[in-house]
Amino acid sequence: MIRLTTPLGEEVLALHAGDRVLLSGIIYTARDEAHKKIMEDGFPFDPKGAVIYHCGPVVDEAQGKIVAAGPTTSARMNNLTKPMLDAGVRALIGKGGMSAAVREELRGRAVYFAFTGGCAALAASCMDLVDCHYPELGMAEAVWEIRLTDLPVVVGIDAHCGDLFSR
Amino acid sequence: MDSLYKRLASAVEQAIHQAETVLPPDVEEALHTAYDKETNVIARGEYENIFANLRVAKEKDVPICQDTGIFVIYLTLPETVPLTTKLYDAVFEGIRLATKSVPLRPNAVDPVSRKNSRDNTGAGIPAIHIIPGDKLLVTVLPKGAGSENMSQIKMLLPSDVGKIPGFVTSVVKDAGSRPCPPVIVGVGIGGTFDSAASFAKEALLSPINVMTPFEKEICGKINELGIGAMGLGGDTTCLAVKIKQGACHTASLPVAVNIQCWCSRRGIIEVEV
Repeated sequence: MIRLTTPLGEEVLALHAGDRVLLSGIIYTARDEAHKKIMEDGFPFDPKGAVIYHCGPVVDEAQGKIVAAGPTTSARMNNLTKPMLDAGVRALIGKGGMSAAVREELRGRAVYFAFTGGCAALAASCMDLVDCHYPELGMAEAVWEIRLTDLPVVVGIDAHCGDLFSR
Repeated sequence: MDSLYKRLASAVEQAIHQAETVLPPDVEEALHTAYDKETNVIARGEYENIFANLRVAKEKDVPICQDTGIFVIYLTLPETVPLTTKLYDAVFEGIRLATKSVPLRPNAVDPVSRKNSRDNTGAGIPAIHIIPGDKLLVTVLPKGAGSENMSQIKMLLPSDVGKIPGFVTSVVKDAGSRPCPPVIVGVGIGGTFDSAASFAKEALLSPINVMTPFEKEICGKINELGIGAMGLGGDTTCLAVKIKQGACHTASLPVAVNIQCWCSRRGIIEVEV
C-alpha cells in the first residue's frame, strides 16, 4: 500500500492504474455546480497540487462534522475537468471513471483515484471538516475543505493513460 | 395533527432511518456471496470497503451512502383508515423530520431553476403509492441518482418477447461503471408506459435471494459483461434481476429497466391504527 499526503507533486507520475493508495491531507469537494462556479469566479483554494473530490457530502453544520461523504459519478464532470488540471490540480477522486478525453488531459500531470461508491460512512470516518467555500451552492454542491486521514483509494486512471475502466 | 397521523409521520421517519443506516439482510448476504466468488483482486478490495462501510454506518448510526436519495413511499391502507390529504401531509412531515434527525442530504430541487427545497419534499415528490391491505404499513425506498439516472424504458413490439433479455442486458452495459455495481436490476414488463416503470421499481422491493429461472437467465447474461464491482472489472456485475409484470395492450410490449446500486435500501414499519 502506497501512502501519499496532499498537496501532491510529481510523485503522482510514478503511480500505476491498480495501485492501492492511502491518501491523507487536505482535499476539496466539487460537483457540477462547483466546477461551473470555479470557472466563473475562480478557485477558493490554491489549485497547485490540490486534490478535488467528486462528492456532495451530508454535513452536520451545527456540529461542524462530515456525516457521510462517498463519491459521486465522475463522468458528469468530464467536460468540466480540463480547467482544473490546467490550473495545477494533481488528482481527482471519484467513482465510475472518466472519459477518454479526460484520460488524455491527465497524461503527464495528474491521476484519477477511484473510491468505492456508496461507502460514505467509511469515508467520513477518515475525515475532519476544515472549511466551506461557496456555501451559497447548498450542501451537496458547495466546496467543502476536508482533512483526510488514510482514505483507501485505487489508482483508476494513471498519468500514462493506464485506465482500469477502459476495456 | 391527530395522533394517528403523528404516528404515521413518526413511522415514515423511522422507516427512513432504518433504510438509510442498515442494509436489508438479503442484500448484505448477496454481497458476501459475490465477494466469496470474486477472483478479481481489485474488485475484492471494493467489497472489503463496502463491508467496512456497512460496519461503520451501523456502529455510528449514520447513512450508508451520502446520496440519501429521494423517496418512493408505499402505504398499505386498511379499511378503517380513510384516504385523505392528512395521510399525504403525514408522509411529507415524516420526510421533513427524517431530513433533520438522520440527517439526510437535501436532494429535492425544482427541475428547471434547480432551487433546493432543503427538506427532501417538493411538487410530486415523494411519489406515494397506496395499496389496500389488512394493516397500515409504510415502506420507503430511497433512490439515489447514480443508479436512477441509468434507467431506461422501451416500447418493444409484441413480437419482440425474445428480445427482453438482450434489452435488459444492454441497459446494464450502457450504464457501465456509473450506477455503483454490483447492481440489482428491477424490470417491469407489460402495463402501460407509466405503469411499466412503476413495476420496475416495485420489483426492487422483494427479497433478492430468490430468482425465477427467467430472472436467473438474464442475471447470468449480465454477469458475462465483466463490468464488476464499481466497474473496475470482476465476476459479478449484477446481484439479482427482479421482474414484475402486468397485462398490456395487445399491440404493446413496454419494458422498463430500473437500475439499483448495491446499496439497495428499504425500510418497512407497521403503524398502530
